[in-house]
Amino acid sequence: MPVVADDSAKFTAYAHPERLVSTDWLAKHLGEQGLVVVESDEDVLLYDSGHIPGAVKVDWHTDLNDPVARDYVDATRFAQVMGSRGIGRDTTIVVYGDKSNWWAAYALWVFSLFGHEDVRLLDGGRAKWIEEGRELTREVPTPTPVDYPVVEREDAPIRAFKDEVLEHIGKPMVDVRSPGEFSGALLHMPDYPQEGAMRGGHIPGAKSVPWSRAAAEDGTFKDREELEAIYQGEIGLSADDDVIAYCRIGERSSHTWFVLTHLLGFGSVRNYDGSWTEWGNAVRVPVERDVN
Amino acid sequence: MTQLNTTDLPEPMAQLVEDFHAVEPKDRLQLLLELSDELPSLPERYAGHLDQLEQVHECQSPLFLLVEVEPATDGGNAEDRTVRLFFDAPKEAPTTRGFAGILHEGLDGRSVAEVLAVPDDAPLRFGLADAVSPLRMRGMAAMLSRIKRQVRHKSML
Repeated sequence: MPVVADDSAKFTAYAHPERLVSTDWLAKHLGEQGLVVVESDEDVLLYDSGHIPGAVKVDWHTDLNDPVARDYVDATRFAQVMGSRGIGRDTTIVVYGDKSNWWAAYALWVFSLFGHEDVRLLDGGRAKWIEEGRELTREVPTPTPVDYPVVEREDAPIRAFKDEVLEHIGKPMVDVRSPGEFSGALLHMPDYPQEGAMRGGHIPGAKSVPWSRAAAEDGTFKDREELEAIYQGEIGLSADDDVIAYCRIGERSSHTWFVLTHLLGFGSVRNYDGSWTEWGNAVRVPVERDVN
Repeated sequence: MTQLNTTDLPEPMAQLVEDFHAVEPKDRLQLLLELSDELPSLPERYAGHLDQLEQVHECQSPLFLLVEVEPATDGGNAEDRTVRLFFDAPKEAPTTRGFAGILHEGLDGRSVAEVLAVPDDAPLRFGLADAVSPLRMRGMAAMLSRIKRQVRHKSML
């Protein structure tokens, strides 16, 4: 039985309001049977420095990425990650994290690759919870392990690979990196390490909408009207378009994937997780640059 | 347990390597968190003056560091001068703070010669790569090399 949805007025305008919960809702439902709260951050220790009571940690590097190949974990490993956190196939998961839910959205997207049905984001993420003075703890729960079924990943509907992106050129594509990365002036995020892309610029035809434009000052998602003004208005997408989103390694574009898919109700959005760290290093793929 | 290679490390750093290996890999994160908690804040003369510090761009989160080399005592050798380390990193970046904490605990107060003799692979000796992922270890290696460069420059060796 899924845990009851958050019927906050703000969410009702979104295409899939059941994909979001508010901090108020979460505070009321913490500890409820069938609900597991997952924290997923950029910094692997942030959870340990204090988290929402009862929440478990899922780390994007050590839990969701294959340790050897550049890919996500396989079905067996995923079942272990979920089961060991007390998550069953029918568990309602609420994910939250730092940086306006970048990494939370990334975890949600990976959970979706494995077809986990009921996974939601905490609107505003970790920062909003803390801002509101709500409780944090360092106490790490010890969930009773659960049998999570071994379900094969189904990449095709929501994940794009390089060859598919090549074929997609000319169709709608959103580059969610910062303006400097998009133009080719920067090979990495401002204030972030250089991650070794050989070329700067963007995939030809991609439109630039930095991921953070979907977030309000407090890290919550902008309301539907504001989001439509950006994605449908400014860059002219429509909900029945076939869209690919990308960034640097697919984490910021998971945030945009979430917005287009669940908040605006686009039917076909794929996240290209190879993103610029693959494209900017690939041989003989076309690159567009806006700077000399 | 395999023999730990700590003979070429300053004593406090060797001790930390042993501490990290004395616990299970998952508890190493807890130890790293303690070091993050214990990282001293900047002294008054540097607080609010991050422009006087060097930013380590290889770290995932903003980290600034500064080295001071205390004046030589009369007739003392430059390489016996004492090294002081100062770090600044936000509370929201506990892994980066933890790395800084290891270097502070392991190297602050040691001599120029000892700091310069620390092998470049020292950050990999704590058994942290699996716990935090190898990609995240790059920040600590970068901090160490910048510390050594500042020590070399400031002690004129």
